[in-house]
Amino acid sequence: MITYLQNNYPEVLSDLVEHLWLALIPVVVGAALSLPLGYLAVRVPSLYQPVVNVGAVLYSIPSLALFLMIPVIIGVGYLSPLNVLIGLSLYTLALLARTVADALISVQGETTQAARALGYRPLRQLFGVELPMAAPVIFAGLRVATVANISLVSVGALVGSGGLGNLFTGGFQLGFVEPIIIGIVLSMLLAGLCDVGLVLLQRRLTPWTRVGGRA
Amino acid sequence: MSLVSPTPMLNYFGYLFDGANWHLSGDSSIPERLAQHIGYTLAALAIAALIALPVGLLIGHTNRGAFIAIGLGNLGRSLPTFGLVLLLVTYLGVYIWPVLLALIVLAIPPILAQTYAAIRSVDPAAVDAAVGMGMRPLQVLFQAEVPMALPLIIGGLRNALLQVTATATIAAYASFGGLGRLLIDGLNRNQYDQVLAGAILVAALAIALDYISAFIERVVVSPGVRERGSRRSRRSRSAVRTQSPTEESPVSASR
Repeated sequence: MITYLQNNYPEVLSDLVEHLWLALIPVVVGAALSLPLGYLAVRVPSLYQPVVNVGAVLYSIPSLALFLMIPVIIGVGYLSPLNVLIGLSLYTLALLARTVADALISVQGETTQAARALGYRPLRQLFGVELPMAAPVIFAGLRVATVANISLVSVGALVGSGGLGNLFTGGFQLGFVEPIIIGIVLSMLLAGLCDVGLVLLQRRLTPWTRVGGRA
Repeated sequence: MSLVSPTPMLNYFGYLFDGANWHLSGDSSIPERLAQHIGYTLAALAIAALIALPVGLLIGHTNRGAFIAIGLGNLGRSLPTFGLVLLLVTYLGVYIWPVLLALIVLAIPPILAQTYAAIRSVDPAAVDAAVGMGMRPLQVLFQAEVPMALPLIIGGLRNALLQVTATATIAAYASFGGLGRLLIDGLNRNQYDQVLAGAILVAALAIALDYISAFIERVVVSPGVRERGSRRSRRSRSAVRTQSPTEESPVSASR
């Protein structure tokens, strides 16, 4: 195992870096799109159920099938990294749009009424009151989406861009377990590190959740 | 099959709508692949459930070893499924059983973790009432806790089902049968109409299996439990989610 790493660390490193951006760009894109979509699903109640249903259907489509349906729709080659990026963004969006909507619904109550009575306009109330209050739930969804994305990227190795998944296919073809084990361990470490990073980020952004009994 | 055009991209749906690929007799026909896929998926799910359900019920009921259930659930979520399949196949040989083993191993964490969480989520007052009525521990478990936890337990099984369906697809890379063959063979031959046929069929199968399991859930969950769930309006349901957003969500990410 160690000798494999010593001989191949430039490759492993580049796979790791590719893995990271293939997983995290979709998290950012999906999260950025889920905020307006989730907000819309709350403001327009008739949109809530469609958002939830479409999200659930989208989420049940297996990753390889989704990656390979995207080329027909956007007209790129099926080995383009865009397929993996868009596919994972869609999963993130499907998961987070509902989370954002549910989180925003759950914070409606005395605090939002107080904000309105204080003269907050809708947008300022959203960014100053509702989103900060909803942050813990949204962050929980973000953590799930991030960890899921990191473990899904490796499937992309079958369509040309798989990050650490390249170690899986390479190891399988040569009959070596070492690269596969290294790939699995690094992928899980990456997921763990990103998860911890998000927890720390959330603590910084919502310091009040640590005060008092209910964390 | 004879519809291969010089540039395969021109004919997206050739393979899917070619009657020759739908014959029941051919051993690489679409119905055959579909049957294989469903067979392997359900077999792996059944074996995983036989292992994970009792353990999850036990941990939930006694609340001992909760860290096992929680840790396993988190570990399972971050495990790259594709890597596990190829690891077992490379280590044990290119046969069907290492792939089935991988599918079973993958299905255990979501079932076990969610069964545990489901039993823990049952209203303690109801459990106390069951004990007060003189029920024995096993009666408490199977007549009070399980019926009330059933929607969440089935949620775990549905997550596992989706995960196994998806992983059985990519296992075609390691010579596994099923609908994934269309995708992998199509990729190897640069035949996009076959790839697309596989993608559409796999997606349709996953969606159909999810709908069927939702229907089964509706049938087996006691009307009392179901009504209580629906009477709690959207607002109070999301209040529950505030406490455990990942466990509650039916679109929980487990693939």
